[in-house]
Amino acid sequence: MSTTDGVLVRVKEVDKVFRRGSEEIHVLTGLNLEVKAGEFLALMGPSGSGKSTLLNLIGGLDRATRGTVEIGGDRVDQMSDHALSGWRARHIGLVFQFYNLLPVLTAERNVELPLLLTHLSKAERRKHVEVALGMVGLSHRTRHYPRQMSGGEQQRVGIARAIVTDPTILLCDEPTGDLDRKSGDEILALLQALSRDHGKTIVMVTHDPHASARASRTVYLNKGQLFSENPG
Amino acid sequence: MISIANWFSQVASITLVNLRTVTERKGSALTAAVGIAGVVLVLIGVLSIAEGFRHAMRATGADDVALVLRTGADTEMTSGLQREETRVIADAPGLARDDNGALASPELFVIINLPKRSTGTDANVPMRGVGPSARAVRANVKLEQGRWFEPGRNEVVVGAGAARAFAGTDVGHTIKLGTHEWLVVGVFSAGGGAAESEIWTDAAVLQPAYHRGDTYQSVLARLSSTGSFQAFKDALTSNPRLSVKVLRQSEFFAEQSTFLTNFIRGIGFFIAFMMALGAFFAALNTMYGAVAARVREIATLRALGFGTFAVIVSVLLESLVVAIIGGASGAVIAYLAFNGYQATTMNWQTFSQVAFAFRVTPSLMIQAIVWASIIGLLGGLFPAIHAARTPIATALRET
Repeated sequence: MSTTDGVLVRVKEVDKVFRRGSEEIHVLTGLNLEVKAGEFLALMGPSGSGKSTLLNLIGGLDRATRGTVEIGGDRVDQMSDHALSGWRARHIGLVFQFYNLLPVLTAERNVELPLLLTHLSKAERRKHVEVALGMVGLSHRTRHYPRQMSGGEQQRVGIARAIVTDPTILLCDEPTGDLDRKSGDEILALLQALSRDHGKTIVMVTHDPHASARASRTVYLNKGQLFSENPG
Repeated sequence: MISIANWFSQVASITLVNLRTVTERKGSALTAAVGIAGVVLVLIGVLSIAEGFRHAMRATGADDVALVLRTGADTEMTSGLQREETRVIADAPGLARDDNGALASPELFVIINLPKRSTGTDANVPMRGVGPSARAVRANVKLEQGRWFEPGRNEVVVGAGAARAFAGTDVGHTIKLGTHEWLVVGVFSAGGGAAESEIWTDAAVLQPAYHRGDTYQSVLARLSSTGSFQAFKDALTSNPRLSVKVLRQSEFFAEQSTFLTNFIRGIGFFIAFMMALGAFFAALNTMYGAVAARVREIATLRALGFGTFAVIVSVLLESLVVAIIGGASGAVIAYLAFNGYQATTMNWQTFSQVAFAFRVTPSLMIQAIVWASIIGLLGGLFPAIHAARTPIATALRET
């Protein structure tokens, strides 16, 4: 994926307005953000500040009311729904607060899901799944169902699912929000390693300063505006 | 570009996930399946009556047997022929012959009252006076019990269907009609056809018993071949001494069964349609429940890159599987419950009872399962569209 000046994510003059009946709620206003390739960015801010909305715009899960969202030269805001689905499958790895694993599938089958959207053969898929689960330290839990695993383990499966296709960017929405401190630290260490050792670009939404301390840069969202320092 | 195989793989994966979670919604899935099974059961049940009746009437009709009635008569009831006319008919070309002459049976037809074995209530039963060639004309008539009646005597043979349905028709019993008594001497079968609902005796004995003088109502004649029908018909209709209409027996019985068959089918479809509406809403409810329960799972799959269409198809497939399981169960139950069930009904063309067996045919079962599938697909369609159209970001926030 191409970058300009090493910038992978470029969000320009983005507004996001939600409508609730006749009321308009301005969540993001004229927002600008650049994320360099390989950067581990933490997005902080109070509840309702628009952190997850911004993450969804970058991941093509939602559309901006105004402005442009460009990832590696691709104008995400101009893609059709169908094109966006394919684009997400190729370039985006998603990590959710509540893991969002499919309870009826084992760890390896959950991790395999994004690979079903590729041209890989079954054997190749199995190989990728083994590698991804190995990277998150769960090679011994491949046949276990989510209900048989702890929260930390489930989130590691979620991360394995996110990285199994070797996406351009990892988007993590409160990845430690549902975990105890110890498990949360393990997840953060894992994300840090992915950024440091594998050059993964990561955008992580969090409201936990402990988590943001692991990132290479932190930006703050408040009332739809972005700040490089905590506005308090 | 994602290939077709890849697309199928997407659909298969999501469908598998959907189906594996069916057990978590077994209450609503069972409700939908039972509702659909009920529709199929009723639809097959009612249509098997129509199918059985139609089969009984069709089994009676043959292409190489001709029926001669008076011009303007739609049924034997409204027809009348003089003895002389029946002789002219028997002399016409195109008829099969044996040592005794043409295979043509002049017949008359009266309605008698007999009590039903099942309820004890009186029902109209057709009693037919037949000529000596009656059995030779009808290829499928076979004596099952006792003996044939002797000409000139008050003896009858009873069709197998009538013997099953009506009291007092066992061999050796006497049927009392007015001042006359008729001894039952045998039981015959007729390949499951309408003739099995009749009681036969010698036409020459029945005529005076019912004050019919020297008249008949029809002549049933075996053709020398299927192709000789036209020659036979032309010879009779162009004969100035006759005023008759000539039909193949198969056409006649097809016509006779049309009204009742269509009536039963109409009722069957109406009842099944009303029930289908209920089953449709049950399926709809199940699938809305299924989608609602997995709104975040579906959104997660879409967020990972699974296509909208794959999601729709997978939800439809789940609904279809539930419907087919329900439909197939209903069809099997209907087969076990109804197939071969013996019944009688009124043939409105002759105002007499026709004995027949319900017939649950493979095509009827397939037809009903197709209906079940349609109910399932319609029931799944709106929830599927709903699942696919809910914004991903919104759905991901659902708990």
